[in-house]
Amino acid sequence: MLAWTIYISFLGALVLLLLPSRSAALVRILALTTTLVTFAITLTAFLQHRSGEMFTVVDHPWISSLGIHFCLKADGISLTLLLLTGVIGICGVLFSWNVDHRIKEFFAFYLVLIGAVYGVFLSFDLFLLFVFYEIVVIPKYFLIAIWGSTRREYAAMKLVLYSFIGSAMVLVGLIAAYVVSGSKSMSLGDLAGYPYSPHFQMWAFPLVFVGFGILAGLWPFHTWAPTGHVAAPTAASMLLAGVVMKLGAYGCLRVAMTLFPLGLAPWGFHILGLGSWRDVFAVLAVIGILYGALVALVQKDFKFVIGYSSISHMGFILLGLMTLNQIGLSGAVVQMVSHGILAGLLFAVVGRMVYSRTHTRDLPALGPMHLNKALPFAAFTFVIAGMASMGLPGFSGFAAELMILIGVWHSYPTLILFVGIGLIAGVAYIWRAMQQAFFSGTAPAAAVAPPDHPLPPITFPEKLGAGILICSSVIVGTFPQVFLNVIHPALNSPLFQGLRNGGW
Amino acid sequence: MEGPGMTQDMNSFPWLTLLTAVPLVGALAVLALGGRNKALVRWTALAFSGISLLITLALWHSFNSAADGFQFQELHAWIPSLNVSYRVGIDGLGLLMLLLTSIVVPIGMLASWQIEQRVPLYFALVLTLQTCLVGTFTALNFFHWFIFWELALIPAFFLVRLWGGSGSAKAAMQFLVYTMVGSVAMLLSFLAIFLTTKTFDFTELATMGQNGTLMPAVVAKLGWHLLTPEHVALVIFFGAFLGFAVKVPLFPFHTWLPSTYAEAPSGTTILLTGAMSKMGVYGFLRILLPIFSPEMQKILTPLLWLAVATVVLSAYTAMAQKDLKRIFAYSSINHLGYCLLAIFAVAKFTGGDAALTTQKFAAMNGVFLQMFNHGLTAATLFWFIAMLEKRTGGVRGLDDFGGLRKVIPVFTGLMGIALFSSLGLPGLNGFIGEFLIFKGSFPLVTWATSLSVIGLLITAIFILGVIQRVFSGPLHGKWALLPDLTLGERLTLVPVIGLMFALGLYPQLILGVVNHTAIQMALHLRNF
Repeated sequence: MLAWTIYISFLGALVLLLLPSRSAALVRILALTTTLVTFAITLTAFLQHRSGEMFTVVDHPWISSLGIHFCLKADGISLTLLLLTGVIGICGVLFSWNVDHRIKEFFAFYLVLIGAVYGVFLSFDLFLLFVFYEIVVIPKYFLIAIWGSTRREYAAMKLVLYSFIGSAMVLVGLIAAYVVSGSKSMSLGDLAGYPYSPHFQMWAFPLVFVGFGILAGLWPFHTWAPTGHVAAPTAASMLLAGVVMKLGAYGCLRVAMTLFPLGLAPWGFHILGLGSWRDVFAVLAVIGILYGALVALVQKDFKFVIGYSSISHMGFILLGLMTLNQIGLSGAVVQMVSHGILAGLLFAVVGRMVYSRTHTRDLPALGPMHLNKALPFAAFTFVIAGMASMGLPGFSGFAAELMILIGVWHSYPTLILFVGIGLIAGVAYIWRAMQQAFFSGTAPAAAVAPPDHPLPPITFPEKLGAGILICSSVIVGTFPQVFLNVIHPALNSPLFQGLRNGGW
Repeated sequence: MEGPGMTQDMNSFPWLTLLTAVPLVGALAVLALGGRNKALVRWTALAFSGISLLITLALWHSFNSAADGFQFQELHAWIPSLNVSYRVGIDGLGLLMLLLTSIVVPIGMLASWQIEQRVPLYFALVLTLQTCLVGTFTALNFFHWFIFWELALIPAFFLVRLWGGSGSAKAAMQFLVYTMVGSVAMLLSFLAIFLTTKTFDFTELATMGQNGTLMPAVVAKLGWHLLTPEHVALVIFFGAFLGFAVKVPLFPFHTWLPSTYAEAPSGTTILLTGAMSKMGVYGFLRILLPIFSPEMQKILTPLLWLAVATVVLSAYTAMAQKDLKRIFAYSSINHLGYCLLAIFAVAKFTGGDAALTTQKFAAMNGVFLQMFNHGLTAATLFWFIAMLEKRTGGVRGLDDFGGLRKVIPVFTGLMGIALFSSLGLPGLNGFIGEFLIFKGSFPLVTWATSLSVIGLLITAIFILGVIQRVFSGPLHGKWALLPDLTLGERLTLVPVIGLMFALGLYPQLILGVVNHTAIQMALHLRNF
């Protein structure tokens, strides 16, 4: 049944394109219905498959001569991420309710993007995964280039080029794995079970990991992300930062780390204190955390603050992956969900609630507008989202970061200090942005003249979308056990056996 | 673990969860009321706070003062993968803090009656803060406790920022960043401990700490080879210590406090000094002392120096201030410094000497009493300042007044009582806590206690200075028509002032509640 998430999304896109373009409301309703249906499917699947173990959704031979199957499977990790996609999908539509320029094409591209993302999370055949991974890039380009803002053509092109370079690296790695294993099958299970030589894994692993890592915002290959997210229209930013970057992290975990676990083993020698690819990527992840936070601290453009904060949070995910213990890895998966929700919320506030009304994202310019009085709901939502983003307990970010930090204490205690600094920097840049954008100027005790042209109030779709996302973050933050119950069995499955043998 | 004095009803009904939830419900109710009828909003908020007070008094009535362990416990599974359970309970200390909170919050609300801007949001934030305070004082598991500890910062920040004075932006930011740095350090230390012990539960961690097994196990688990094991243990201790030291505050982590107290609206300052600062001392007592007393013993002398510096230097600085709020902000630091002095004295290794152990009981009781009495007295003092500001249009400099006793005699009389209580006059509530602290600490850490007496002297000087410069002397013409206390103000002040006398003359009211817990806490500190 989960396969229908893909089919319905694509079908929805097709129907939208065929619709007569007169009725904007019909287009929006259709898009919303499509995303609601796909979310319902993912929720049902999540509730049905409580054991967290991998199960087959679809398995048809496709190109038998090459051993390629149309094979979709899901386990606890996939189910969690599918649920995330479902929620963000709905909220993206809600926050795009005001799009009025070429609405049909906008939502059609949007739905294709969602469908392809579902496809990546469900694919168990690596060829199929690669196909969906590439399909994801096309609607991204158009969404940014046509409906975006600052330097959109440049940003779109940069994003696409980086994505293709990453995909190329992944493709080389996958083909090598396919060939070395005897060109029999592209199924992840078969390829992961094949005993590649340690030497082979030692170069294939970093190739594939970096290939996926580019999309995950691995420092220093992250530069496409802030530019791209800033240029994108709100819904696209929400999807890009919220979900698509998680495709990269998912690929790192699901493909790179399962196929080539020996690539993480020590080299036997040390360069600059680093003794394995695991050390390298852990350090790069920490640099990403700090770099993203510190650069966010000096931005003048509100949206760039959020863009760089995404790099910082993705650093946490990658660091969690490199801890190679159960708590760190589950923390990384929960952080994928958490950041997906919170990035969506933050971009929604900055892009949809503020920018579309004030037509400026310049923090010094926003201050005099006294947005906490003009747009109290936006201020409130940003405060909540900001607090959650900086890891305030009770919200999803804290639960995730707690687990990652325990994992880091276990595996890389020397890096803890830097991560701690990153946490504090996270507090600083969120608070600075919040102060300057919403709470600048004197306290209400001083008389403030009402603005000449009051800003339009926050609409119901926006409030609904914000409410859904805030509730989701609170649920994940106060009841993480619900997700841990499915993630832990998935991590203990045979697929990750090679990784576990590495010792956790 | 429950006391025999409780009825079956008390056992099964989740009183503490209810107490945590009631103010939050009140906050939502107040927000739903909207800003049109401000009086309704204020009275609704006060009503919810009043309900909390009634529940707390009911808990006090049912509390068994002679029982060991925690009462009114609730235990539910929450996140088994992280060994986190929802566990709440109170002992004498917890009950005392709940009583203090339920008195201080209504005082803070009453002192905020004159706020006119965005009234529903203000009172909603105050009620949310009360929820967070109750949560902190009842949680028995670090994960759960930390949630409320951190969440409390949000309403506090906005209360200072949105209704504060001209410097409130900077003060609020400083307050937030300071506390956050401390909290992050504390979190990291506790995660290292969790990694080793796989538990967040305070009782379990305290047992391990007292056995002396905790830190060696943590150090072994971390496997840091760059530092000696003792130093690693101290680093972990310092992280946890920093979180609480910033909150109390302890010198030199106190610099956020004076600006924040001065810039906040006086109603908020009441909450900050009356309740939030006690979170820090509570943390020392509930968490740091039981779990880390071996480490505290190793660095006792530096800790005592910090406590002495807190006591003496803050009193000295208070003497130099010209803003009434700043005077009492520094005075707050001074009063809480005595608590820390006693806590460090109790941590000292005494090798089981019976006489010294009795002194430890006295010192612990002193800390508890001082926490409560200072909370009450400081809250009342800032309340008076709020009332004064209301009459003078915000003027509150020490040199702006003079001779006020001729114009507002009742105000002078009642504020004088509060001032003398702060000074530590016998017969009023401020005396007994300080007396017990000094009595208990003197045999334990004679040099530190002797130096801290200077703090008492300087406090006397500046408080008498306030009385002399504000209330005595020549009267400025512009204050000649200042109105005295209204009937409403008198009615609300009298119970509070009465309580000051009651506690001063009959401290058994509180000692009866906390004595057993104080003794148990001191006894459980094994001496190494």
